[in-house]
Amino acid sequence: MADRSVASEFMRGITKDNPIFGLVLGLCPTLAVTTSVANGIGMAAGTIFVLVGSNLLVSVLRNEIPDTVRIPIELIVIATFVSIVDMVMEAFTPGMYASLGVYIPLIVVNCIVIGRAEAYALKNGVFYSLIDGLGVGTGFLLMLMLLGGIRELLGTGGINLFGMQLIDLVSTLGFNPIGVMTLSPGAFLTIAVLMTMVNYKRILKAMRGA
Amino acid sequence: MADASLFSIFMDGVFLKNFLIVQFLGLCSFVGVTKDVKSASGMSGAVIFVITMAASVSFFLYTYILVPLRLDYLTTIAFIIVIAALVQLVEFVVRKFMPPLYRSLGIYLPLISTNCAVLGAVLLNVMNEYTFIQSVTFGIAAGLGYTVAMIIMSSIREWSSVVYVPKAVGRGVTYAFFVALIMSMSFANYFKVIPL
Repeated sequence: MADRSVASEFMRGITKDNPIFGLVLGLCPTLAVTTSVANGIGMAAGTIFVLVGSNLLVSVLRNEIPDTVRIPIELIVIATFVSIVDMVMEAFTPGMYASLGVYIPLIVVNCIVIGRAEAYALKNGVFYSLIDGLGVGTGFLLMLMLLGGIRELLGTGGINLFGMQLIDLVSTLGFNPIGVMTLSPGAFLTIAVLMTMVNYKRILKAMRGA
Repeated sequence: MADASLFSIFMDGVFLKNFLIVQFLGLCSFVGVTKDVKSASGMSGAVIFVITMAASVSFFLYTYILVPLRLDYLTTIAFIIVIAALVQLVEFVVRKFMPPLYRSLGIYLPLISTNCAVLGAVLLNVMNEYTFIQSVTFGIAAGLGYTVAMIIMSSIREWSSVVYVPKAVGRGVTYAFFVALIMSMSFANYFKVIPL
């Protein structure tokens, strides 16, 4: 890979290796915490920290880690960073911590993190592993914001970001909130429709190319 | 929550707070290994077993080692190691004593160590401050709830292989999410009518 640049490595995490629609990894937190944009941002921030930290450390240690025990070692590295996130969020953002609940410690088993450590950080240098972590993390952030935005907008009739009411359809348009969008059926509906749209675009592209 | 009855913990775990459909824990296997009933039931069997074992082992680890030594900030790390070790142990035992079962579960066992359902059940036990009996009940219930959802999902997917599906939906992950949407509506509303 001689032609790779920092920008292309970063963008790959958002487009081709997008964690949700490209790699289909890390679905549990994606659906569970996206009841609002703010929750999505909080979850993604925690995941980005863990992703970048574990990618860096695994990449630094990649020549020292014996191949046979690499998965337990990766898990311990990841669990260490998750514990840091867990304690920091509990101390500084107690409201966010309460609404994300059990999903914060569950970043440990988020397939995105261990997937990137396995597939990228073990084979690449420290700098590119950092860029890869940031890129995939940003892709994850954008997806969580998109899902959270759709569900919050339809489910509550507005978007409320950290105490500021950005959009309010209830008072301006008389929109009637669809409460089920913030419950589990709303999560499955949103992701199913978004995935159908992505598939449809891919099919159109393939037909044009053929 | 320490006074919650075993029955309500059980019903919560299986239906009202179903791990796959309501809490979204373990979704990777929910869309990944539900293409046919046989592999879905194999995966479910392994999950019930590991969740129940993990719930009891982690209870003793947390109550008698981590809390007295004030190491509870290591909970996440300790639990993930326990689960990984347990999965490895289960794999050895099953391979040695039950070769037919090993052949059918074989490939799913390693997957369980990164299944959110197991770690989620163990962490929820700690968060809810359950006693030993309650922890094990919740573990079994979570495993059974997982099984119920996996079997329904795989039956629908296997059975509907003859149905027309638009090309953009396909028969993969997207289709699984549409099935999950319909299942979640029934789980979220139907079981509300049972007074607990």
